[in-house]
Amino acid sequence: MTALVLIDHEGGALKQPSRSAVAAAIKLGEVHVLIAGSGVQAAADAAAKLPGVSKVILADAPAYANALAEPLAALLIALAPGYSHLMAATTANGKNVMPRVAALLDSQPISDIADVIDADTFVRPIYAGNAMATVKSSDAKKVITVRAASFDPVANEGGHATIEAAPAVDVPTSSRWVSAELSKSERPELTAARVVVSGGRGMQNGDNFKLLDPIADKLGAAVGASRAAVDAGFVPNDYQVGQTGKIVAPELYIAIGISGAIQHLAGMKDSKVIVAINKDEEAPIFQVADYGLVADLFVALPELAAELERG
Amino acid sequence: MKILVPVKRVVDYNVKVRVKSDGTGVETAGVKMSMNPFDEIAIEEAVRLKEKGLASEIIAVSLGLAACQETIRTALAMGADRGILVETDVDLQPLAVAKMLKAIADKEQPKLVILGKQAIDDDMSATGPMLAALLGWPQGTFASKVTIEGDSITVVREVDGGLETVVISLPAIITTDLRLNEPRYASLPNIMKARKKPIDVMKPADLGVDPAPRLIVVKVEEPAKRQAGRKVASVAELVDKLRNEAKVI
Repeated sequence: MTALVLIDHEGGALKQPSRSAVAAAIKLGEVHVLIAGSGVQAAADAAAKLPGVSKVILADAPAYANALAEPLAALLIALAPGYSHLMAATTANGKNVMPRVAALLDSQPISDIADVIDADTFVRPIYAGNAMATVKSSDAKKVITVRAASFDPVANEGGHATIEAAPAVDVPTSSRWVSAELSKSERPELTAARVVVSGGRGMQNGDNFKLLDPIADKLGAAVGASRAAVDAGFVPNDYQVGQTGKIVAPELYIAIGISGAIQHLAGMKDSKVIVAINKDEEAPIFQVADYGLVADLFVALPELAAELERG
Repeated sequence: MKILVPVKRVVDYNVKVRVKSDGTGVETAGVKMSMNPFDEIAIEEAVRLKEKGLASEIIAVSLGLAACQETIRTALAMGADRGILVETDVDLQPLAVAKMLKAIADKEQPKLVILGKQAIDDDMSATGPMLAALLGWPQGTFASKVTIEGDSITVVREVDGGLETVVISLPAIITTDLRLNEPRYASLPNIMKARKKPIDVMKPADLGVDPAPRLIVVKVEEPAKRQAGRKVASVAELVDKLRNEAKVI
């Protein structure tokens, strides 16, 4: 039984959620990983060092340059006969590609698994994580996305996998990548950050999100937001933490001016330590917070920045 | 151009779901049900395309219990032209749904299918790309902007690091993200008019699809509960606790 994990990578570096997907795959047996892209030898070399990976399949061709779902799915289908499990992290890329692969294999995908029970049986959250379903697949090949927050990522170093070129595959040309407009930030990515500082509707406008900057800078934190803040147009959607945004589980999560709607809690309640700052002492966020401070955030944030500076 | 929009009946997003005591699922009896919010965005987008003269007909499809008629009526009140209900009491999963939608698409020949990016009950986020695969069509998932020009669609997609723009050729699949549009409320006259719009009712067998689930639900449990911690009196106390008690900063 061998699992193949599709790895997200950028600029030769592997994305942390994919290292969590590898950790989940290791629970199933032998692990191969797939690096697809154009000019991605460096990413393949990095993947070969992942502990627990025995083979890296390298698909280096212009067609894979921008991780379009149509060519990637065709590639995975060509590779599928050698594998019992096809996996990826539950990222924008994983969610885009893996269901497409599953349909072509006549397999019901098992999305966003949070635990591996055995080769056929997995635990996954439903209803925004308000229930955990244990499901058993009856399909010959399992197609799985992995909730990165539920599996500690494998280390970057320690493995010695072989690298093998993928076969050439005819891929569809019905889609074309045009451009990307990625948020530029010196900060860590939300799903990989040790500390996340998030703002909600209580921030009142997009400008006020700047109040989070000195705190995030001091803590080396990523900045996130609730859906309410995104819906209100304060910040872009890629800041969104929650059922319909990103799922995070940092060591420290600081929720500022966030009431704690179910769909937000779904995205952060597995954080190790949760801090909430909100002026409404009845806010549901306090029911999950380890440390709650009832305060006006416009007073508390400058104080917090100053207090951290003192440390 | 005909547009097909699948709409799912789900537990309303404001309802705090409860796991059944026998561990077979969540309580749905007597619970408020609504159209999946992402599907409302899908209907809205289709209606806007029709208002711009880019679409000729919008077909709303729902699959599941007879009560899914209500969900279709909501779509019709928002501006869809007619409905199709595939009626079954089987617990439908995305693979079966995608197969039935493919059969309907083969018959209706839409140029575009717009789906919600995920249903807020099973959180699978799978049906759109699966349908695209079965039809052999390209997909523009997590769309925040859709522009149709001739035989291609430019789709701005919400991805992990920001936005990405792709061009896909028609026929195609779009899945909606939050910022694509703000769905309208159906007006009373439109709700009245929707009652007269036709809904075709069929069974999975009529589409030649076995709807049986491939994933067997072994059990459904409450997630581990998080204990509420304590309140701190000041920012100074908060920082002290984080430094010296939780040791996370």
